[in-house]
Amino acid sequence: MVQAIILVVAQTIVLLAVSPFLVGLIRKVKARLQLRRGASVFQPYADLAKLFRKQPVVSTTTSWIFTATPYIVFASTLTAGLLVPIFVSSTPLNFAGNIIALVYLLALGTFFLMLAGLDAGSAFGGMGSSREAIVASLTEPAMILSIFAIALTKGSTNLSTIVHKTALLEGIATDPSPYLMALAALFIVAIAETGRVPVDNPATHLELTMIHEAMVLEYSGRYLALIEWAAGLKLLVFLTLIANVFAPWGIATSLEPAALSIGLAIYLVKVSGLAVLFGVIESMFAKLRLFRVTDLLGVAFILALLGLVFFYVLRG
Amino acid sequence: MTILLIGMLAIYAAGIVLPPCFPGRPRIQNMTAHGLAAGAGLVGIVLGIAGLLASAPLTLSLPSTLPFLTFAIRLDPLAALFVLAISLVGLAASIYALGYVTEFYGRASIAVLGALFNGFLLAMILVVIADNGFFFLIVWELMSLLSYFLVVTEHEKAEVRYAGLFYLIMTHVGTAFIILAFLIFFQAGGSFSFEAFRHPEQPLSEGMRTLAFLMALIGFGTKAGIVPLHVWLPYAHPAAPSHISALMSGVMIKTAIYALIRVYFDFLGGQFPWWWGFVVLVIGAVSALLGVMYALMEHDLKSLLAYHSVENIGIILLGIGAGMIFQTYGLTEFAALGLLAGLYHTINHAMFKALLFLGAGSLLYATHTRNMEEYGGLLRRMPWTGVFFLIGSVSISALPPTNGFVSEWLVFQSLFLSFHIPTVLLKLMLPLAAAMLALTSVLALTCFAKAFGISFLALPRSSHARQAEEVPITMRIAMGLLAVVCVLLGLAPMVVVPMLDRVVAPFAGMSIEGKVLALDGWALAPVNVEFSSLSPMALALLLIALSALGLLLVVAFGGLVKQRYYKTWGCGINLTPRMEYTATGFVQPIKRVFSTLYQPTVKLETELLEESRYFAKRRRFEFHIEPVFQKYLYDPVVAFFIGMAERLRVIQGGSLHLYLAYIFVTLIVLLLFAV
Repeated sequence: MVQAIILVVAQTIVLLAVSPFLVGLIRKVKARLQLRRGASVFQPYADLAKLFRKQPVVSTTTSWIFTATPYIVFASTLTAGLLVPIFVSSTPLNFAGNIIALVYLLALGTFFLMLAGLDAGSAFGGMGSSREAIVASLTEPAMILSIFAIALTKGSTNLSTIVHKTALLEGIATDPSPYLMALAALFIVAIAETGRVPVDNPATHLELTMIHEAMVLEYSGRYLALIEWAAGLKLLVFLTLIANVFAPWGIATSLEPAALSIGLAIYLVKVSGLAVLFGVIESMFAKLRLFRVTDLLGVAFILALLGLVFFYVLRG
Repeated sequence: MTILLIGMLAIYAAGIVLPPCFPGRPRIQNMTAHGLAAGAGLVGIVLGIAGLLASAPLTLSLPSTLPFLTFAIRLDPLAALFVLAISLVGLAASIYALGYVTEFYGRASIAVLGALFNGFLLAMILVVIADNGFFFLIVWELMSLLSYFLVVTEHEKAEVRYAGLFYLIMTHVGTAFIILAFLIFFQAGGSFSFEAFRHPEQPLSEGMRTLAFLMALIGFGTKAGIVPLHVWLPYAHPAAPSHISALMSGVMIKTAIYALIRVYFDFLGGQFPWWWGFVVLVIGAVSALLGVMYALMEHDLKSLLAYHSVENIGIILLGIGAGMIFQTYGLTEFAALGLLAGLYHTINHAMFKALLFLGAGSLLYATHTRNMEEYGGLLRRMPWTGVFFLIGSVSISALPPTNGFVSEWLVFQSLFLSFHIPTVLLKLMLPLAAAMLALTSVLALTCFAKAFGISFLALPRSSHARQAEEVPITMRIAMGLLAVVCVLLGLAPMVVVPMLDRVVAPFAGMSIEGKVLALDGWALAPVNVEFSSLSPMALALLLIALSALGLLLVVAFGGLVKQRYYKTWGCGINLTPRMEYTATGFVQPIKRVFSTLYQPTVKLETELLEESRYFAKRRRFEFHIEPVFQKYLYDPVVAFFIGMAERLRVIQGGSLHLYLAYIFVTLIVLLLFAV
């Protein structure tokens, strides 16, 4: 019990501590690729600290939903993060929810963000909520199908079981194609869900293009800090999912201190690598028009479906 | 238990008889009718729980003078579960009505409304406990007729009369199919008693069983509102007074789910070819997706909720259909899981849909409009209604840790277990159904972000909304009751699952309670912990603890700096409600992406100034969504019947002698046949 609590607390701390770093890392990579020097990778920490100290301005039009939302989004994203194994393959909170619970926890945050977007009464917020809705609607089916393809190969929908089995090289299909297709689908889903180019641009404040940023436009001070942190956490959750579900090697499968520290180090390397990849992708592509995003997400859906078909066809 | 049962029926009967005894005193009529209904609801809750826990079903029987008809009653766990749901929703609706019905003083007869209300509840209870086919059909018809009368309470409005007529026709078409299904069983069993349906003298042939399956599906499907038989719901449910809508959408359409389970798993003994389950599954997936798609485009709050009933019936059928497929392949424990998931969602939907309809009724009460575009900012004016509506919205959007999420999660699990099925086609179709369910639930989330966001948040969009006031205490209590039930149903699966297991076990032939619950009931782990697990309570506690952590971080890093209030930036001019996003605008991207389905027609007329073509004098914008089912399915049928009637008019000469001659000829023909 004590051990479990320590592990949960440790995981919470790692999630909270690492997520701003990845946001900074992606920004740095983009800056370097644009031949700028860019801000330090630790800049997001300073931003958060500054936002927490600033006086928040709250619109007189809003209701309690507006001020409660940052806490709900923060809590739901962090809860989702606690369901994913990070540096040790069996999380103590494994019993609390499987990968579907994770998807729906993230949806809980999205729901309240959409409400908050509408709450201030400005057209920007409503526009952001409306666009977020369509992107979310199109990612969800692809995500569920790719999850299913993974769950099939491992015979489980519990993240700890999936990661544990993969780490011990159990249930690896002779042909990796279903797995690779699910990976590709999940990658696109991750880009869409975390609001990255080519689906959304976290660096823009142009009304024609912004999605997530439009939704949270009215936020300031500590509320914005919590929302930014939650956005970073969501990014980290998706990177962790990709890293640990598809390549969990190096993750601690026991609670030995040595294994744990190696697991943590390897985890940091993996998510940083993925963040660099995200940065490169962001620099290589232009943002898609909102109504072209459907094509991209359609591709993700088809990939996941093909993964499933391949799995059954190959196994006969 | 017998006393409880008779007591409940007697109180409902008193609720029918007594209100008209106080003519001209609507207040007393209201109190008697709805007070008695609330009392009967309380008794019904106790009876339902007792029936679920009882070791043997309660049976009662009264003979009648009519052949084949006995007033037989049987309260087995399945019936008890529905008695419990009807009574709970009935209790809430009765308390609500005490306040809500004051709106109708002087406009409609409260005595009639109250008596019909009690009669409707009584008929629904009798439907689920009837143990004789003939008796069932009588009370089923009674339920349909009484609900028709309730729908047309405001019959002075033309659209209400139209809605009522539409409903009446559809429900009778449905009943016709139910009668056909029952006649098939009667033919084999030689009696209308359900026992004979279950164990007929000569077993039904395969063809007859299939026919019975299809007839029951169409007949009960019409009442349940499956696509494409759903068209009456968005007319009838909004037209009725809101507490009646809550009953209709919350529990009346569920009696059809009850009847489907009764027929498939009880009468037909749970023995079916794989394609039966597949048909149910496909209908479920299509109903779920189309229901929510059409709901998104609705801006009449009650029509929107009615379409969501179509969606949720679809989700329920996904669970039941998956269960039927597993049953075919002898995968009993998964079959039980699918059925359990479907029933869990049935109960949950009854609660949150009733809650939402009562919420919509409160908005109607406060603003006198159902058009969402005229709401706005109501959370400040009606804080309690707002919170309850939010709880309902979160539940129906299946967000953790609410009850809607728990049952939808179980449906997902039963679909995911499809890899045990030996057929490749089904192995692929069930995950596809899961993907459709995922799309459905995220669209439902969007729809309720719209419904709640546009109605309750931002600035009031009309003077109605600006002057809205919180509803009377009775209405708030009723909504609060259902909101609490919703939360509890989600957090306490260890109480709900064993009860549902008692319902499912006789049909599946095994109890799966131990396989669904883990960790002393604090977690759900269908089939085994390795495969999947969920603990709503743990998630709820985590969410609370981590919200507190968020607050702690705020205090630690910046202290609670006093916040400043200022108006929203309106690009340099003062913000007005006209600048807000509208419900129509909110769903515009969805309309565009799924335009193949909606086939929207947009008409834009611009009248320009004569002096300059850059300034418009007047603009007119219109947009419609193609009512696909009505246009391509119902209109041709209606046109066909009208055409037939036109042609048959020739034989109607209007002369009495001619008609007598017809009767005479018919008689002779029949006599010839008889010889």
